[in-house]
Amino acid sequence: MTTRLIYFAWVRERIGTSEEDVELPVGIETVADLLRWLQSRGEGYEHALQYPDVIRVAINQEHVDHHEKISGAREIALFPPMTGG
Amino acid sequence: MSAVLAPTVRIQRQDFDVAAEIAGLTQGRADIGAVVTFSGLCRDEQGALAALELEHYPGMAEAEIGRIATEAVQRWPLQGLTVIHRHGKIAPGENIVLVVAASAHRQAAFEAANFLMDYLKSRAPFWKKEHRVDGSEGGWVEAKETDVKAAQRWKSSE
Repeated sequence: MTTRLIYFAWVRERIGTSEEDVELPVGIETVADLLRWLQSRGEGYEHALQYPDVIRVAINQEHVDHHEKISGAREIALFPPMTGG
Repeated sequence: MSAVLAPTVRIQRQDFDVAAEIAGLTQGRADIGAVVTFSGLCRDEQGALAALELEHYPGMAEAEIGRIATEAVQRWPLQGLTVIHRHGKIAPGENIVLVVAASAHRQAAFEAANFLMDYLKSRAPFWKKEHRVDGSEGGWVEAKETDVKAAQRWKSSE
């Protein structure tokens, strides 16, 4: 299944793209698995995700924690802590 | 209590008119006794800041602020609630965010506006980037631990 990954702020800048469609490999079950897999995809990803604990994640536009299962996610967004308001 | 109110949430590039937003909630009604507004503006950081660039997550920004606003109207007896958040490039002195909470009595309006801002700061998907007067990129504004703590205090004593 194809999953759309969306990146914001410095996560987007470091990875070098604002969104991409990926085929998740077998075994990537949780948000934490996804972050680990993405880190292995190149220098930009490594730089963006070197401290995975600070990365905030939304699945289908709702906040989730890193233990969340990602099966069935159409859209997963990765971003830094928010600074609006 | 009457039916739970549907809050108004707008995410927009253009500025807003605070007086018009208040009037929009109060016009033609006589049951509102208190209106609390909070406006967040762009500071110039002692003259060093040329502008803030606000990036947002379209779709989720509306949805998340909508969820926070819905929680507020369930928690406090409000007669009106409007939340507006701007995105794009914003110059010092310009508006960034507006919360207008209307209620029969002041306490609910104060508390709801305060809750909205505390939650919005740490949960609404917006990110600020600084542009400096000297032309350099100031970088992304860092999230504050105090903002996270401010949101957490609304969770206690349930």
